[in-house]
Amino acid sequence: MALYSRSGRPRPQSGGFELAAWYFMRLSGVALFALALVHFSLQHFVFDPSQQTSTWIFNQRWNSLFWRGFDWLLLMMVVLHGFLGLRTVTMDYLKGGRRTLALATLYLVGAVIFVMGTIVVMSVPLPLGK
Amino acid sequence: MLLRYRGSEGMVAWAFHRISGIAIWLFVLLHVLDIYLAGGNPNVYDDILKFYASTPGRIMEVLLGAALLYHALNGIRIMLMDLWPSLTAYHKQMWYANWAIFVGLGLPGAFIIMRPALGL
Repeated sequence: MALYSRSGRPRPQSGGFELAAWYFMRLSGVALFALALVHFSLQHFVFDPSQQTSTWIFNQRWNSLFWRGFDWLLLMMVVLHGFLGLRTVTMDYLKGGRRTLALATLYLVGAVIFVMGTIVVMSVPLPLGK
Repeated sequence: MLLRYRGSEGMVAWAFHRISGIAIWLFVLLHVLDIYLAGGNPNVYDDILKFYASTPGRIMEVLLGAALLYHALNGIRIMLMDLWPSLTAYHKQMWYANWAIFVGLGLPGAFIIMRPALGL
């Protein structure tokens, strides 16, 4: 164990969920490298926050199934990656009942955020062609 | 404490990764709430947007971008070492390479975000 990544979590030797989660963190990390950086660049470099009114979002930015799908995929990846990451952090610092409570809160917040984001990206009418 | 305890780059890289990850997660919570309002209550959203476009808002966006870029670059560094464990011997050099890319991309990015606030 002399050589270790020194900032990543060592690959779990147990297999099962922990190993799958370890791999998923890396796969979603690669996806987010593209998804999150493209999203941030669009919102801050290509466009400017001052123009991004709700009308602009629905008539321009989200007037395309591709960009809605892109942002929804980003939401899905960021919720799972962030949730699994915070799960690791929580389990590093808390034990017993407090850990259970914190993890339950985390599950709940992750689910609520995912549902809220999905509702807004899917329910607003697509004004195509306007 | 961060710089003295075991001292080396690997630990600071780990601590920054964790701190930036938690910060990004908090922003994601805020961001989903505000974008939900854009659909549910557009007037409230447009008011929140005024903060995003203000000078303090832009400074926070630069910090968000910095956290995102650091987390993304260091994440790639971690994955490279996971795939090729022999690279672990160069973990410090890779971390400094990260900072070179971070400054190279981050400074122009920060300038673009702050430009309207600077009147340029």
